[in-house]
Amino acid sequence: MHFDAFDRYHEKESFLHKLDPRVKVLVTVIFIVSNALLPDGAWLAFILAWLFVVVANVISKLGIGFTLKRSIIALPFALIAITVLFSIPGEPLYTFNFLSSQLTITDNGLLRFVSILIRSWLSVQMAILLVAVTRFPDLIHALEHLRVPAILTTIIAFLYRYLFVMTDEVFRLIRARESRSGGVAGRRSGGGVLWRAKIAGNMVGQLFLRSFERSDRIYNAMVARGYAGHLYTLNAHEMKSYDYFATAFAIGLIFILQVIGRL
Amino acid sequence: MLLSPAPLHIPDGFLSIVVSIICWVITIVTLYFAISKTNQALGEKQIPLMGVMAAFIFAAQMINFPVAGGTSGHLLGGALAAIVLGPWAGMLVMTAVIALQALLFQDGGLVVMGANILNMGLITAAIGYGLYRSVSSQSKAVKLGVAGFAAWLSVMAGALFTALQLWLSGTSQLNIVIPAMMGVHALIGVGEALITVAALSFIMQTRPDLLGEGSESAKGSRNWIYAGGIISLFVVLISPFASGDPDGLERVAIDMGFIDAGQDAPYSIIPDYTLPFLGETALSTILAGIVGIVVVAVIMVLVGRGLKAKS
Repeated sequence: MHFDAFDRYHEKESFLHKLDPRVKVLVTVIFIVSNALLPDGAWLAFILAWLFVVVANVISKLGIGFTLKRSIIALPFALIAITVLFSIPGEPLYTFNFLSSQLTITDNGLLRFVSILIRSWLSVQMAILLVAVTRFPDLIHALEHLRVPAILTTIIAFLYRYLFVMTDEVFRLIRARESRSGGVAGRRSGGGVLWRAKIAGNMVGQLFLRSFERSDRIYNAMVARGYAGHLYTLNAHEMKSYDYFATAFAIGLIFILQVIGRL
Repeated sequence: MLLSPAPLHIPDGFLSIVVSIICWVITIVTLYFAISKTNQALGEKQIPLMGVMAAFIFAAQMINFPVAGGTSGHLLGGALAAIVLGPWAGMLVMTAVIALQALLFQDGGLVVMGANILNMGLITAAIGYGLYRSVSSQSKAVKLGVAGFAAWLSVMAGALFTALQLWLSGTSQLNIVIPAMMGVHALIGVGEALITVAALSFIMQTRPDLLGEGSESAKGSRNWIYAGGIISLFVVLISPFASGDPDGLERVAIDMGFIDAGQDAPYSIIPDYTLPFLGETALSTILAGIVGIVVVAVIMVLVGRGLKAKS
């Protein structure tokens, strides 16, 4: 597996790619917080927030519908919110029978449900764009600048670096299991659920030992190269004037969005 | 429908800002202790170890086994990580995994990440380690049995806390979300338990030194038994109550003001603060959050000073 198999970064020459990662993290988080703060049914503000996402897409040169394609990822979770359709009192819109109980969709319930979906959909798009225009190591570095403890960011950086190595290891284990799990069509092969679970558990144990021993080797290799408990970076980030300007501009827009949402 | 692989990763937009902030505060305080404890225990060696272990948990979540009807059992890993690495390191490892899933794959939101870390990383580790630690001097069979139960309960606890947060945010109705989440995770938890037990038994056979005396796993303070026990007790007591009598729980929450705080009156934390042209919620919510974080930060610094003075 190639080292960038999990990468979500899309190389392009654009203003968003060039922005300091701190700015991008900050604006993304503020945008998502702003979505959470918008009241239910603030349609105009929702539309403007969506325009914000669309314009960001355009500026990133990734294409106007770039984030749209992957944005349905949070949709399955919407099922968990479906109960608000029936639980909030209001004008009944539609009544139907489901599993011998009568359910009534109310207008307030529908309003809240749609608002939750829109908030989630907008937030996910922004998060997708963030990792599309920021290299992951830069993102981690930005988190460090934003006072996330170095130990956590370094663990995440290591996780990212060894993700594909351990995934390769898992695929090897799975391939080994499959090649030993031949079966004849129409005849049951292998054991029951318990037996299968035990095999899967052994694979997890095996993977744990391989990871554990690998981390030892990595540590020794690092010490041999002068590691003393601290990682250094070669490309230090520097806030330029356009970074400050972009931050102020984006926050200003989000602020206006909040005001419009409350009018 | 709810059988998607990880229905515990809450996306952004599903939790109210107040619930998100409260979860962040709990998570940050816990992580603060986790970081200072692992710093003492493992030193500079910790970073490559925990980094690769996080990659291990991430990769191990891909291993699954067919159960029935197209569903499969797989691992969340919180309990296993805490048992093999010790509770604090386990929490950090799980935090890194959840953070990466949210940052890179949008599997779980960014602003609600505090809640996701709490549900899937901290609570699972506390229950998994606490219950396992309580039998650490017993026979291997007892240890494995308790580890399996702890793994199952940790998944149930994650589901319960997720359900409670969704309900407090006004996103789901209690009498549906609790039985739905708990029912589905009762099954998912069985997969978790089976894999955890088999993996632990495998490690005990091949590398007993990693789990025996003097290992990181055995070093955790005995207080974890109480912490894990209390959370487990909470889960065990609340779940049937919430499923059987959701109105009862709702009434308790309303009486105690939880619902208002979660759903629509965050500014009541700082009642005098209003901004005429903005209405009350937006800025004062943020301010309330900042005040909360400052309070916690002060407490953390004081506690930290206290710990240092003692040692």
